[in-house]
Amino acid sequence: MLRIVVAEDAVLLREGIVGIVERFGHRVIASVGDAAALTTAVDHERPDVVVTDVRMPPGFTDEGLRAAVALRAAHPGLPVLVLSQYVQPTYAAELLDSGGGRGVGYLLKHRVGRVEEFMDALVRVAAGGAAVDPEVVAQLLGRRRDPLTRLTPREREVLALIAEGRSNAAIARALVVSEAAVAKHIASILVKLDLPPAPDDHRRVLAVLAFLRG
Amino acid sequence: MGAEATTGGIPGATVGRAGAGYGRLVTPRTAFQAVSERPLGFLASSWPWRSVAYLASGVLLGAATAGTLIGLLLAGALLALALIGLVAFLAVALSGIAVGRFERWRLRLVDQDPLPDPHRRPPRRGRIAWVRHRLREPATWRELGYTVVSLGALWWIDALMLGIVLGIPISLIASAFFQESTQIVPAALFIVAGLGLLPFAAYPITVWAGARAALARAILAPRDAELGAQLVEVTRSRARLVDAFDVERRRIERDLHDGAQQRLVALSMAIGLARLEVPDDSPAAKHLTAAQDEAERAHGELRELIRGVHPQVLTDRGLPASVTDLADRSPVPVVVDVELPRRLPQPVEVTAHFVVSEALTNVAKHSRAATATVSARLHVDTLVLEVRDDGVGGADLAGGTGLAGLADRVAVAGGRLLLSSPPGGPTLIRAELPCSA
Repeated sequence: MLRIVVAEDAVLLREGIVGIVERFGHRVIASVGDAAALTTAVDHERPDVVVTDVRMPPGFTDEGLRAAVALRAAHPGLPVLVLSQYVQPTYAAELLDSGGGRGVGYLLKHRVGRVEEFMDALVRVAAGGAAVDPEVVAQLLGRRRDPLTRLTPREREVLALIAEGRSNAAIARALVVSEAAVAKHIASILVKLDLPPAPDDHRRVLAVLAFLRG
Repeated sequence: MGAEATTGGIPGATVGRAGAGYGRLVTPRTAFQAVSERPLGFLASSWPWRSVAYLASGVLLGAATAGTLIGLLLAGALLALALIGLVAFLAVALSGIAVGRFERWRLRLVDQDPLPDPHRRPPRRGRIAWVRHRLREPATWRELGYTVVSLGALWWIDALMLGIVLGIPISLIASAFFQESTQIVPAALFIVAGLGLLPFAAYPITVWAGARAALARAILAPRDAELGAQLVEVTRSRARLVDAFDVERRRIERDLHDGAQQRLVALSMAIGLARLEVPDDSPAAKHLTAAQDEAERAHGELRELIRGVHPQVLTDRGLPASVTDLADRSPVPVVVDVELPRRLPQPVEVTAHFVVSEALTNVAKHSRAATATVSARLHVDTLVLEVRDDGVGGADLAGGTGLAGLADRVAVAGGRLLLSSPPGGPTLIRAELPCSA
């Protein structure tokens, strides 16, 4: 069971998120509607993971994101999952650059509807992993066109899933192949892109993201 | 904008405008343009007569002005001790106003574009207020200068031109009638020679009339600063309109964000929760998954729409981030080289963003380019934005693309848009936007 702080200014969505995480047996210890309240709640409650919206009062720009980055500086190792109506690689980069990229997630708000995938991402982030929205990954893949032409289409799919922060087992499930096949693809990708072999799933995710960000 | 602003001051602007159909001008608008018509057309037109009338009225005006001014100066000198003489001098100083008015009026004989009055209405009523206001206006002194030049040279030249160029053929013809009636053959020759010379006279007269009109226009037209008040007002109101559109776009974005988008997310969540309640292999699960997909598609389309209406990342993080975002979305690889020392004023950022957006859209649609580059730098307080590609070129502001709209938009922001796109490429679009508040 995770102890969660939820920050989202739209009541409809806040209640929805709370309902979903509680449905999976986690506990929401505070649900708040702005960045200042989020900071206070985290300081007092020491949650296992924070779920926050980007755009919140009073300015309705990127208060939630800034609060998340600040919280990760103030509480090293605090996992944060940021939800946004629009995803921007810039924001993903800011989050990944905070706290060494451990325990960080950045997803389209909309992905919450894919309840199981969302919970998977939340648990992964809480455990120190990463979750990057497929749309951000797609944009990042667009940036490194040249080196990526060396990959086969299948390898590119695997690369995208790694960049989203998924484990070998999750990739195997998503592509309906064996874990051994995934491992083979990953080894081939790392060689082709000149990336160091990393036994640890998460370190590999970070290496791939760093590569894609150029 | 620029052309409209200076039409009053520069005769070239008039020529340029009419010159759009050069070579088959239906109706020349100035004496100068008329001269370049086909000779028969020109000679049959009213322009030579108008030119004669213009020069003749110039002679009359010159003579009248000379007489009046000499009278006033003499009166002023004689009565200077009695102070009333100063009034005469004042009248001399202000005489240009009357001359200028008359010159602008008769200019229509040889130049169909009316010349606006450079004077403004005095702020207060009354003769003294009027005199003080006029004495402070540069236009008054330009008109006085014109009067002096006119007296010193122009009207003499008018008179000489008419006298020589018209005088010779006319005196040839006239001489035929004062000769002895026995010399019929030579008399007829004189008449033929005189009539034969007349058409040639039309050319120097019309050319001089055109030159004199250009000079009058150059001196007597209102300067930009004198037109200024109106023009600045027009520019400002256009800028206000564009700002109003931007505010409106932002409001639409916010409304969609707070309304439709959130409801779609809530719908998605509800479907997701319902999906948990039914077994994976049930028909209901299949329908719910389909519903989920539809909701996601609707959400995706709404997101794209909103991005076009108002890019949130621009508001949040400024131009470098929004340009990077546009570049990431471009199907053609784009190198981004945007280095700005600070956030720019919002209207500049929005204009610059849409310039890059439209330019990259064109690159993707028409250029067949392999790569494109977007660069932005702040030079003192002008944002210089360049989008170049290595495509096939041939982009055209008039080609019905969004480029013309962009040029308008940049112009409203007080900047300018330059395009270089020779057939075969490469294409460079450069926007310069002033950033001072």
